[in-house]
Amino acid sequence: METQLSIRDLTVDFDQGRQFVRALHGVSLDIAVGETIGVVGESGCGKSITWLAALGLLGKRATLSGSVKLAGTELIGASEKQLSSLRGGKIAMIFQDPSSSLNPVHRIGHQLGESLRLHRGMMGEQASAETMRLLDRVGIANARQRLNEYPHEMSGGMNQRIMIAMALAGEPDILIADEPTTALDATIQAQILDLLRELSRENGMALVLISHDLGVVADMAERVAVMYCGRVIETARTDAIFDNPTHPYTRGLIAALPDLEGPKRRLASIPGTVPPPDQLPPGCSFAPRCTHATPLCDVALPALLPVGPAAGHSVACIHSGPLRVEKSKAPARQSLTAELEPA
Amino acid sequence: MLRYALLRIARALVTVSLIVSIAFVILRLSGDPAIIILGPEAPPEAFKAFRHAWGLDQPIWVQYLKYFNAIFHGDLGNSMRDGRSALEVVGERIPLTLAITIPALFLKVLIGLPAGVYAALHRNTAIDRLIMTLSVFGFTVPSFVLGLVLAMIFAVKLGWLPSGGSDTWLHAVLPIFTMGMIGAAVIARFTRSAMLEVLGQPYIRTASAKGLVWRDVVVAHALPNAAIPTLTIVGFMVGSLVAGAVVVESVFSWPGVGRLLVTAVANRDLAVVQVILLFVGFTMVLANLIVDLLYGWVDPRLRTKRLQAGT
Repeated sequence: METQLSIRDLTVDFDQGRQFVRALHGVSLDIAVGETIGVVGESGCGKSITWLAALGLLGKRATLSGSVKLAGTELIGASEKQLSSLRGGKIAMIFQDPSSSLNPVHRIGHQLGESLRLHRGMMGEQASAETMRLLDRVGIANARQRLNEYPHEMSGGMNQRIMIAMALAGEPDILIADEPTTALDATIQAQILDLLRELSRENGMALVLISHDLGVVADMAERVAVMYCGRVIETARTDAIFDNPTHPYTRGLIAALPDLEGPKRRLASIPGTVPPPDQLPPGCSFAPRCTHATPLCDVALPALLPVGPAAGHSVACIHSGPLRVEKSKAPARQSLTAELEPA
Repeated sequence: MLRYALLRIARALVTVSLIVSIAFVILRLSGDPAIIILGPEAPPEAFKAFRHAWGLDQPIWVQYLKYFNAIFHGDLGNSMRDGRSALEVVGERIPLTLAITIPALFLKVLIGLPAGVYAALHRNTAIDRLIMTLSVFGFTVPSFVLGLVLAMIFAVKLGWLPSGGSDTWLHAVLPIFTMGMIGAAVIARFTRSAMLEVLGQPYIRTASAKGLVWRDVVVAHALPNAAIPTLTIVGFMVGSLVAGAVVVESVFSWPGVGRLLVTAVANRDLAVVQVILLFVGFTMVLANLIVDLLYGWVDPRLRTKRLQAGT
């Protein structure tokens, strides 16, 4: 499949005055044309920073290295002018809290019109006709009247629809949705996700769904990348991640999902907390919380390597792959190894 | 909206009458105008005649009621000093005060706003620190100190400008600069923090993410939002156009309302003090009303609230 966006060894360092703190440690990801990929992880794992960095939205305190190529165009180190013509055009982004993501002093019509003027050169009558079409498309009734309203006059769900309409205004090839439903009611969540799914299918638009909720991602994405402490620690097709989660952290996340069927059980949780970015352990970042950790985990940093029968399944854990055979005494791993044996 | 405006005007009337009432009581309790105007050596009959002529021999609440009754009939009393109408005495000083406070206001805004915005956009750089150091200096130094220092430099040492009086426009330069510098410092600080607050808001990130270049993000999305809190402080300055120059006028012997207030209080020239306070109260209230209406214009959230309150 043709690659729409390709991230290679992306690192981000924040200037904290006295020291630089690395928030992203060489993230690599590929997104195919029209693909929906889910990026999951706890808050602070770098899932939003990756995309803000790709769009050059992290400000002056962030230093980037690596490469982000959007249909062949390098974004890292691109001029502000070049970046701003791509932002909201080929690559659009929507955010977690829709009501504060829209400017309170400008009318909805104005904010949408701005995108149309920037990316499609539309003005006046033509722009307002297109604005109404977009509002209609994202499921907002009474579009003509809504144009003259302000964000505070609408609900969070409506504002997220407007954010989506604004993103669509530039006819993007890829839409990054950063926790698009976290601030919304459960019933509205499903509507917004359905809308995103429809739009991505309709327009052949790639969708990056950033979420801390594996359930949301399972429902939407074809592929999942799990992030922890500024690294991708496991990536696979969604069914492979759920059928055969390999990294102990991924397994922890899946175990923490509530079952809707079957007997009631206490929700499993992962012990401990995410270490702050300036106090990462020397080896695997997850080792201090990992029930399978061995002394080796504290020494070596695991690389993201292919694993298992499914194509495109990679994991960054020294207990997977060739090393796992030696370590197969670890009881928790045995079942997994057994499953993999026939392949 | 009409209900809202009426409510505001009613509140304003209460505020002004409170100001006048408090001043009325304090001035009458704090000294006898007869002694001050006639001098302590004057014969007792003269005191009696003076007090009777100005109604000062009546109980204070009778004086108070008479005073308010007179105000409602448009009579603001006469100056005890020269017998002219107090309104006239104050009125002839107002243009002189405005001649320095209005240019000073322009100076405050023209320097303070850009300095504050610039400092916020270049946060934690050397120029930001310089602007903020000057700003802290500007509003911690009292105006009489700054006024005297400026007078010493530009009038005494360099001899470029006169140190006091009102004969030529050159006399206005130092008072205008003294007030302008201090006000600019205050506005710069307010504007900077308002801008920083706004620049951290999610909608600024949205504006960048939709493809606006940074200059347009600042101009179209940050400035209109930062204007809302900045308006408060500028409005306050508009409100003190008449009364804000008391100290500076005294330092530079500028014969405006401020200096008249100082001499009128010293002389217990009751009617004149009251008229000045009425003017001050009136301009403050008027400025507040204008700021309030402007708020509704710049902040649509407030407009909605008011419409709801009005129905």
